[in-house]
Amino acid sequence: MGELDFDVIGRSLPYLLKGLQYTVQLTLVAALGGTVFGTLLALARLSSFKPVALVAAGYVNLMRSLPLLLVIFWFYFLVPVLIQQVTGSERPPQIGAERSAYITFIMFEAAYFCEIMRAGIQSISRGQIGAAYAVGLTYWQSMKLIILPQAFRNMLPVLLTQSIILFQDVSLVSLLNVTDFVGAAVKIAQRDSRIVEMYLFVAIVYFVLCYTLSLMVKRLQHRIAIVR
Amino acid sequence: MKRHAPVTTALLLSAALIASAAAQELTGTLKKVKETEAFTVGYRESSIPFSYLDDKQQPIGYAMDLCLKIVDAVKAELKLPNLKVDLKPVTSSNRIPLLQNGTIDMECGSTTNSVKRQEQVAFGPTYFVINVTAAVKKKSKVKRLADLNGKTISTTSGTTSVPLLKAYKKTEKIEVKEIYGKDHAESFLLLADDRAEAFVMDDILLAGQIANSKKPSDYKIIPESLRQEPYSMMLRKDDPQFKALVDKTVSGVMKSGEINKIYAKWFTKPIPPKDINMKFPMTPAIKEAFKNPNDKGV
Amino acid sequence: MNLGIFIEQVPDGDGAWWEMLASGLGWTLGTAFFAWIMAFTLGSIVGVARTTDKPSLVRAGNAYVELFRNIPLIVQFFVWYFVVPGLVPAVKAWVVSLDPTEHQFVTSIVCLGLFTSARIAEQVRAGIQSLSHGQRDAGYAIGLTRPQTYRHVLLPMAYRIIIPPLTSEVMNLIKNTAVAYSIGLVELFFRTREMAEMTFRYFEAFAAATLIYMVIAMSANRVMALIERRVAVPGYIAGGK
Repeated sequence: MGELDFDVIGRSLPYLLKGLQYTVQLTLVAALGGTVFGTLLALARLSSFKPVALVAAGYVNLMRSLPLLLVIFWFYFLVPVLIQQVTGSERPPQIGAERSAYITFIMFEAAYFCEIMRAGIQSISRGQIGAAYAVGLTYWQSMKLIILPQAFRNMLPVLLTQSIILFQDVSLVSLLNVTDFVGAAVKIAQRDSRIVEMYLFVAIVYFVLCYTLSLMVKRLQHRIAIVR
Repeated sequence: MKRHAPVTTALLLSAALIASAAAQELTGTLKKVKETEAFTVGYRESSIPFSYLDDKQQPIGYAMDLCLKIVDAVKAELKLPNLKVDLKPVTSSNRIPLLQNGTIDMECGSTTNSVKRQEQVAFGPTYFVINVTAAVKKKSKVKRLADLNGKTISTTSGTTSVPLLKAYKKTEKIEVKEIYGKDHAESFLLLADDRAEAFVMDDILLAGQIANSKKPSDYKIIPESLRQEPYSMMLRKDDPQFKALVDKTVSGVMKSGEINKIYAKWFTKPIPPKDINMKFPMTPAIKEAFKNPNDKGV
Repeated sequence: MNLGIFIEQVPDGDGAWWEMLASGLGWTLGTAFFAWIMAFTLGSIVGVARTTDKPSLVRAGNAYVELFRNIPLIVQFFVWYFVVPGLVPAVKAWVVSLDPTEHQFVTSIVCLGLFTSARIAEQVRAGIQSLSHGQRDAGYAIGLTRPQTYRHVLLPMAYRIIIPPLTSEVMNLIKNTAVAYSIGLVELFFRTREMAEMTFRYFEAFAAATLIYMVIAMSANRVMALIERRVAVPGYIAGGK
């Protein structure tokens, strides 16, 4: 291979940063959306109304048994067609890889965040919900005011760790030709034939970012532990 | 006199088109574009020099220059001077589904016009003709394609070179091991790293990879051909109105001689972003394609 | 929906599409199997190292885990397949001697094995640390050496405790083999995409893959549950969850 040419990175830095920005954006949106939907799913799974619990469990188990790559491709190729058939419009709606990735990741991560929130909710002693009902709160009120804030707080480190995994998993959209951080690097690597340099660069940047983030989560975990 | 010819042709052309558009109802792509007031061109991000991103992330290239002519023609035809033109990146594996499902209206890259693909899509006039052959290192003992017997060769998955290679193996009764790259740069890296003895691909793409490599003088292209293939812009099938517009526009550029300037700009002069030079003068097959515009596939 | 597509012949290939998918499944399971053996072995060693009282071992173990946990899998694939052979002459010499398919297979096993081993190391460490310190002391008290204490006291208990997280790691590993398609390994997802792209029957191809992956996940779950029940220590963690 001989000497490496890292010049290519400096030249394409704006493009790489744009890719990184997309990665961060997608991660944040999917983590937030995933938490919201995941919490709803968790409530559904714990519902005493069996059909709701069954449907939610089925969804979560389905998502968790499929490779993320397969789910990404499902959403990308087939959702437009399905929407077209449902709405009966003449042309399939224009979704595009960038936007379909948002839907995909929210839907996919919801299944994983659901399991985290479910554990969080179950970690709250049953006496608390009994107490909430006793003082006259409705189901939704007791969830919103008593159970979920505590569950969320207890599970925050796990949710954040899952978000770091999500941050890494976003790189798979590069296989759909989306210009996330990895996608941008792959495209530059291809155009300028500098594969070794670019892939090495991406690995180092990801490592530094994810390692720093995981250290921060660890510190947060300690602080929460002390308060509790 | 001659210098006025393109302008006159273009004027006549657009006059004829406007007349025809008024005379008949719009169908297919043109109807869609008129309704949505948007036209989407699919481009490749690293098909140097046909369609790729420059350092400002703008798609440029030989195919893009030709496609922008078509965009102008669409604007004129539909009387939509402010038509919104979207540019969307595509890959060799998603270009056909994206065209079919309407995400893009036309693909401008380095797509071979093959009879097999014509079952799915249509093509504009041939704008380039390549030979499928192999690049090897100069120090390699492989001088002819037949010398590849028993060797490992790299090629890019999803390209027409793959079935071609399989057919060649069968007819010539040679044994080769194939190793696939996701894209041309990966396939070329396999050759550069000596993990493959040869890289089998379209000659122009091989030339692009070699020009881009760290030591272009280390490589050579074997002057043989597994097959000649025409490149063209890809359009949706069964869309005669749009196809006619594309044919007229592109053959106009070819007949007027404007194509020579565009060709020279991308194939014999330094191109962005690194000022590499493809050094790929027109071959007789390409000259013939420009003289008699056609959309015959292989 | 056209199920006939599965018995249609692959153009200039050998066999029908269902056979292609089946061979892809074979590669998926084969890769996952060998990668699991590698991940379990390495993960156990690193996990144990992180629970010893030697700071250098703990640090090395931690560094190992952080390295493989903080880089996306697809990037790790790229590094093992393109970067390492390019930079390390010995690896290149070895890689050149391999058949391309073997090369992809070995690369996938190494990459997935190391990636998964970091996760298993984390589980093993957590499992051992969740045991009361008395168990370790009891081991030493009856005269066991440190390796013997790990071998006969700590690890057998730790493994039992971490069966549920290990189950998800097995499933993750099988799912993660799909990423090997990025270096051209002809596993199930590769074949699915190939079928979808060549026949344009996206729905049928993806639906078939979905079914297959679901069946794999369910079987993996069953097998691990069976193991969990078989090895349960009566009265200790017998109830599972």
